[in-house]
Amino acid sequence: MSNLKLTTKNEVEMGKVVIKRKRFTLKSVSEKVIELIFASSGYLILITILSVFLFLLWEGWNALDSTGLKEFLFFEDKVTGVKSSQWNPTSNEEKYSLLPLIAGSFLTSLLATLLASLAGILTGIYLSEIAGTKTREILKPAIEMFSAIPTVALGFIMLVLVATFITDIFNPENRLNALLASVGLSIIVIPIVATLTEDALRSIPEEIRLTSLSLGASRWQTVFYTLIPAASGGISAGILLGFSRAIGETMIVLMTTGNASNLTFNIFSSVRTMTATIGAELGEVAFGTPHYYALFLIGLILFVLTFLINFTADIINRIYRGRNKF
Amino acid sequence: MNRYVFILLFFFLVLAGCKPGNNRNKKVITIKGSDTMVNLTQSWAEAYMKKYPGIFIQVTGGGSGNGIAALMNGSTDIAAVSRDLNPKEIENGAKKGLIFKEIPVAKDAIAIIVNKNNKINSLSLSQLGAIFSGKIRNFSLVGGSDLGISIYSRENNSGTYEFFKKNVLSGNDFASFSLHLQGTAALAEAVSKDIKGIGYGGIGYFAKRKDVKIINLIDEESEFEIQNLVGINGQINYDFIWQGGYSFSRDLNFVTSGKESELIQHFLDFVISEEGQRIVFEMEYVPLKKFISAE
Repeated sequence: MSNLKLTTKNEVEMGKVVIKRKRFTLKSVSEKVIELIFASSGYLILITILSVFLFLLWEGWNALDSTGLKEFLFFEDKVTGVKSSQWNPTSNEEKYSLLPLIAGSFLTSLLATLLASLAGILTGIYLSEIAGTKTREILKPAIEMFSAIPTVALGFIMLVLVATFITDIFNPENRLNALLASVGLSIIVIPIVATLTEDALRSIPEEIRLTSLSLGASRWQTVFYTLIPAASGGISAGILLGFSRAIGETMIVLMTTGNASNLTFNIFSSVRTMTATIGAELGEVAFGTPHYYALFLIGLILFVLTFLINFTADIINRIYRGRNKF
Repeated sequence: MNRYVFILLFFFLVLAGCKPGNNRNKKVITIKGSDTMVNLTQSWAEAYMKKYPGIFIQVTGGGSGNGIAALMNGSTDIAAVSRDLNPKEIENGAKKGLIFKEIPVAKDAIAIIVNKNNKINSLSLSQLGAIFSGKIRNFSLVGGSDLGISIYSRENNSGTYEFFKKNVLSGNDFASFSLHLQGTAALAEAVSKDIKGIGYGGIGYFAKRKDVKIINLIDEESEFEIQNLVGINGQINYDFIWQGGYSFSRDLNFVTSGKESELIQHFLDFVISEEGQRIVFEMEYVPLKKFISAE
């Protein structure tokens, strides 16, 4: 009986093998093709990023060739020798100082990241440690929806409603100012910080929480003295990614900063960011002029900046993830 | 397998459907250029398409310079240009064998506006120059109340910006702290909300707004006579603009490549007909004189 069973089983298996073999040839071809499609779309992204970088590098290099590094810092008046840092490429004497633009970008996005970090980290802690499952299920998608708001709509709301509100409270130098832009930017940064904070907290093994609680720490003490230090890598990665999102954002700053190329750190004054400059001027700049290349240099600076920030965030994230493992 | 064949076939059919239709059956005129003129040109296009069904007119903005570039590339039939052609453009066109034809289709007057709560009603050209170049930074120095000045300007690719820079600042730079806004509508909105604000733009955008005030010009040459752009009744003083009395008015032009088809010529004729000029009037630009005075 058992012998017979064995043979039939073998036969069946052999039959399967035969069938499998037939399938194998057909399958292997289609599988190879599909694999190739997947791989090529993966590599296509890499190639795209590389070629974008090379293109920016090439055009940005032309900028240094046609205008010179010194002029991207200061404009020196030929008669009086007075140095000024202004961005005014359509002036009779073109002024290409990038300092006000870089300062403007950093002022708005640093302030935005600061505002968003306060709100985002608290939200992340609430979602991960305090909120019940149901609350989280409603709240989390709602917060993620924040980043789905079209930035042009957000800019419009800032312009029409929030600008009046801020003017009434602070009576700023300009109605459209860096603070207004920062508030707008913080709305798109909050979801990034909040989600990454929550992820970082949730990735902490339950043992750490339980150990802290069993040592007599209250829930608050556990959150602030145990969990936040343990999650600090993920949280700071979130803040960095939020910052890079803020510095790359165009529409909100274009609509709300007022775009005056002031070299200032006054948050109540109008500023001009790098992204807004490209957004406003690239449309009609004559091809191949120093102005055109200067805009590409700004693009290159932005690219390198966000790349470095994202890269750092990634490294921090990896280091801390490794550390929390048992 | 059949299904895949069908999907592929369907896909190619869709692709084939995307092929641009034959222009001979679907008469199309494309107009590209000045943002100042987009609304006006769109109104002309709509009226024309309503009157002559079967003809499609496609209007896009992008700026006067872009319009000329598109005309040179042959990607548009008509360029809308809110300034005169510059010699370089004419030269570049000639290199491509194009002799540009400039057709004035309307006039535009650049108005200077302040917030409706600002006490100032009129300013002289030199006062305007001092304000927009940043030498005067408080309204009290030009006869207003003690208020800091926020200058609202346009982006440097705007035709209005160029015009204002040339005529008010005699080619010099705007103050470095002046704010640059995207479009005249945004500028009007900003000035209407900012008591410190002063800005400029085509009169068509401001005439109907109650929340901004159009400033009259003080003419220094003719013994400080005031150039009343806006009459006491709040209406635009057209006669004054036609007579050339207002310093900041300009022609709005359509430019063609000089070898336009009958179809395009017919549209151009419509634009400068009485019917077309009535639309200019409705859109709050300044019509060409001869048609309205014939009323």
